[in-house]
Amino acid sequence: MIQKVVPNAEAAVEGIADDMTMMFGGFGLCGIPENAIAAVRAKGVKGLTCISNNAGVDGFGLGLLLETRQVKKMISSYVGENDEFERQMLSGELEVELIPQGTLAERCRAAGAGIPAFFTPAGFGTEVAEGKEVRHFNGKPHILEHAFDADFAFVKAWKGDEAGNLIFKGTARNFNPMMAMAGKITVAEVEELVPAGQLDPNAIHVPGIFVHRIFEGAHFEKRIEQRTVRPRA
Amino acid sequence: MALDKNGIAQRIAQELQDRWYVNLGIGIPTLVANYIPEGIDIEFQSENGILGMGPFPWEGEENADLINAGKQTITALPGASFFDSATSFGMIRAQKVQLTVLGAMEVSETGDIANWKIPGKMVKGMGGAMDLVASAENIIVAMQHTNRAGESKLLPACSLPLTGVGCVKKVVTDLAVLAIDPLRGFVLLERAPGVSVEDIVAKTAGRLVVEGDIPEMKL
Repeated sequence: MIQKVVPNAEAAVEGIADDMTMMFGGFGLCGIPENAIAAVRAKGVKGLTCISNNAGVDGFGLGLLLETRQVKKMISSYVGENDEFERQMLSGELEVELIPQGTLAERCRAAGAGIPAFFTPAGFGTEVAEGKEVRHFNGKPHILEHAFDADFAFVKAWKGDEAGNLIFKGTARNFNPMMAMAGKITVAEVEELVPAGQLDPNAIHVPGIFVHRIFEGAHFEKRIEQRTVRPRA
Repeated sequence: MALDKNGIAQRIAQELQDRWYVNLGIGIPTLVANYIPEGIDIEFQSENGILGMGPFPWEGEENADLINAGKQTITALPGASFFDSATSFGMIRAQKVQLTVLGAMEVSETGDIANWKIPGKMVKGMGGAMDLVASAENIIVAMQHTNRAGESKLLPACSLPLTGVGCVKKVVTDLAVLAIDPLRGFVLLERAPGVSVEDIVAKTAGRLVVEGDIPEMKL
């Protein structure tokens, strides 16, 4: 077994530097690597390009890195939940590339699967397609999209083992598996870290080969963005 | 009388067919789940990674690891499954999902849709909408017939940045049900109870085809 365990978030972000490209798993605030985000913030690295479906909210998630002006560019599909983000974008302090969510997922997957580029129909005829090669397959137009290239990928899983194998829970899986595959260095934080042999190999969502460093998060707030409930009678 | 949001959702629910997988967008589309006709089985897909999405949880049972694409807490029904985002958009692109219902700021008479950006004012992003409209076979738009300024949202051509081209098949508004015939424009199928054809003509800026008697919706 190849050991992947590091003691904590600080050790897990060893080697991060200014101007790097980093992926962050999660959808909204669901399944985000909270502990790694805090550690990246503490390191104070700047000029980051962040690939993440969303940009967090004010004061939580990637909102924490926007607050400290560590992010130069965001690549996301939806960013509507963050006032500070909007302010920095409209003032031109922050560069923003918005791409379709399925394209974002596939650009991560492609990076982790050794596929340099692919064709997708998403965005044809829109500003997303500007400057991109178009080809017709089965009579339908598709645009060429490229795999991402990320120095680090930070993901969050429910359970993991010493070998870096990961299991996710509910809809907290989202972008985490593809980003785990895509990172040159992939850092996984888990709610529960167990010895090798404790997880059923049939149940593994991400095999440990994709994970370079794993640690048990010291604290997970797991904030809910939109609490919607049925009131009890 | 013009329909309220629930009325629009109720009318769209009549389009649901047995054994369909359905993706509902944020806003009015989400309400469609409240009006599934008796005797048909539907599974709802949410693109953040669930099939078999259920209603909101009971108070106190909400779970941070279980949300829909609108980031709302939800439940999973028996038979539900979770999956990653690549798999989710795989099933969307491969047309395994039979119906997509989403909101729009503008729809054109050729089926173009705009719903993600107002230059200089609002940029929230397209989320999964571009993937959904580029691939879904069956797209219904749920929206108000006019914007807050009273201007028609059914146009000859969209003025806002597009989400997709020539993809919308049907539009259900507070005033009418319209099909889109790419060659002829908006084809009026039904009007909301008490709404006249003249009202709809006056509030539709794109080409509108009115053939014969237009029935009232049955809700």
